[in-house]
Amino acid sequence: MSYSAERRLIVDVLVIGGGPAGAWAAWSAATNGAKVVLADKGFLGSSGATAPGGTNLLYLPPDEEMRKLAVDKRMKQGGHLAEPAWIHRVLDQVYANMELIEQWGYPFVRDEHGTPMRDHLHGPEYMSIMRKVVKRAGVKVLDQSPALELLVDEFGVGGARGVSRQDNQTWEVRANAVVIATGGCAFLSNGLGCNVLTGDGYLMAGELGVELSGMEFTRKYAPSPAFGSNTRSRLLGWATYYDHAGQEIVAGRQGDFLAEALLKGPVYAIMNKADTPEKQAILRKSHAIFFLPYDRAGIDVFTEPFPLTLRYEGTVRGTGGIRIVGDDCSTTAGGLFAAGDAATRERITGSASGGGAFNASWAICSGTWSGKGAAAYALSHRSSAAERDLQPAGRYGLGTAPATSVVSSQELIKDIQSQVLPLDINYFRTERGLKTALRQLDEVWKRVNDQAPQNMLEQVRARETAAMAATARWMYTAALSRKESRSGGLHVLAEYPGQDDEQQYRLLVSGLEEIRVRAEKLPETGSDVVATGAAAASEGVQTG
Amino acid sequence: MIELVSGERCISCSICVKVCPTNVFDKGEDGIPVIARQSDCQTCFICEVYCPADALYVSPYAEQTVEVNEQELAEQGVLGSWRAIIGWGPGRTKIAAIDTTPFIDRILPPRTVRPQGVSEVVRGGSQTN
Repeated sequence: MSYSAERRLIVDVLVIGGGPAGAWAAWSAATNGAKVVLADKGFLGSSGATAPGGTNLLYLPPDEEMRKLAVDKRMKQGGHLAEPAWIHRVLDQVYANMELIEQWGYPFVRDEHGTPMRDHLHGPEYMSIMRKVVKRAGVKVLDQSPALELLVDEFGVGGARGVSRQDNQTWEVRANAVVIATGGCAFLSNGLGCNVLTGDGYLMAGELGVELSGMEFTRKYAPSPAFGSNTRSRLLGWATYYDHAGQEIVAGRQGDFLAEALLKGPVYAIMNKADTPEKQAILRKSHAIFFLPYDRAGIDVFTEPFPLTLRYEGTVRGTGGIRIVGDDCSTTAGGLFAAGDAATRERITGSASGGGAFNASWAICSGTWSGKGAAAYALSHRSSAAERDLQPAGRYGLGTAPATSVVSSQELIKDIQSQVLPLDINYFRTERGLKTALRQLDEVWKRVNDQAPQNMLEQVRARETAAMAATARWMYTAALSRKESRSGGLHVLAEYPGQDDEQQYRLLVSGLEEIRVRAEKLPETGSDVVATGAAAASEGVQTG
Repeated sequence: MIELVSGERCISCSICVKVCPTNVFDKGEDGIPVIARQSDCQTCFICEVYCPADALYVSPYAEQTVEVNEQELAEQGVLGSWRAIIGWGPGRTKIAAIDTTPFIDRILPPRTVRPQGVSEVVRGGSQTN
């Protein structure tokens, strides 16, 4: 296929994605001397899960004891699949970067002693500052410019191609290093800011044969108004839950009560534990976004019941993503780096969710490290990416099917969602249920190249559809290979209720037609890949 | 979902067209943005934050369209209300500068249980949140 992009740029580092991770990566690469382009599907400043709401951070003063306690706690919560050294690195880096954010103008509130409280960021403020800082660092920002596929040669990646959807132009950016910061995959479940997160980066990396890690740790749903999108639900800690008849739903010890109740019927909540005007005022000024949909729907959440649902969050507050192999968040493909939710967060969260503070901190740190690493990698090259014999690496959801077998993206998306969103498949995971779902997803996969996009917008949607199908298959393949239920609640199988010490490893998946699974020992015990446990476990889930 | 671009208030700056993460708007021929792909709206409210003219209204209903009446929304003070709460615009205090999040742990209800696999329902996921 002959191809000539209407807009061509040659730089050192290309960052794909303009959420927090991409912003930090671009800033970091530029301040380390690289010429940088950042391309975002939407707009750097408003895109992604962080921008519309806010986020907590792992912000702890450099107090050795305090930090050790925090790390120990997380190691336990994360089924001991995290690495203490990485959690410490994150604590160090977040502390440094929050000082920068304050210098750049973020107005942190100070406590009674005058100490700035830097453990929470409001999304719009945070990301508008990041946009300014990134542009000031000299980064060229391509907004509304989704990347569609990577460019590769025998040495690794060398850039990407995409479209600028508002100018109806194709673009090609050649760069000797690429940072994938496209976020996770939430399968268009309408969580706050999450519909741009369709696993695009996973597919791009997967097409290079790069492995994904921790994709089984994706059993993550967030409470949201049944009618709305707001999946920021920390304030529900002040709620009492009720069923349709007004009976209080008592939280069970297992913590599955919300999902269980929702399978039986509608669930309501009232924020009646915030029982004074003072408390209510504090909550309103903390997570203002929580109140917005209810206020607009005319519901007084402190006195009136409001209907809840659970929205699936996939790898956004799940943990899996592109496997990283270096301290600089490099991957096994030359020149390819991953940051934020596009990368696995297991090194700092293990098998527990990174939702909230961990993921936000990870975005800051992995962005900073990958940007620096990508700059160093690119600047060590003698030749420009312009001189390389690069080929497009995209294989799925990019072509145009012959008219005889055309399927609409919408139809495929519905089919994917029907296997991924339901609580009875993906929350109450059983071996049998996941096997059936995976077979359905394999059927979807066979049709991703039967899409026939007629314009640039449909082209983007077709590619997103392929990415979601691939992500779903990786998730369930990994989930079927981990025959246990691990601490953190992000993966369970009803048939294997306990945590199994023999499965104290990470699971790596790769491949698109046939998905391969293997286990990776934790670095503390050597980074050798063990072929026994997971390979045997995965026999029944090989897909054709 | 986005339900309203007020032609009366709009100053044709096209900021909403540029910032919408899901590319819902098209530039209109008369300069007033058109809601071209309403079903792609993810109800993130960010366009309202960026709109300097308080000309947009995102309804809280993410999965259905609703009829809205601009005059009523204006009279009820809803237009521009989210931008005002965020504290953007001349003479306003940014919500970030009066953020009470670090204080909410001081008013926690006595007993909480964290549902597994469900986000952020209660404190307990980390040492800081």
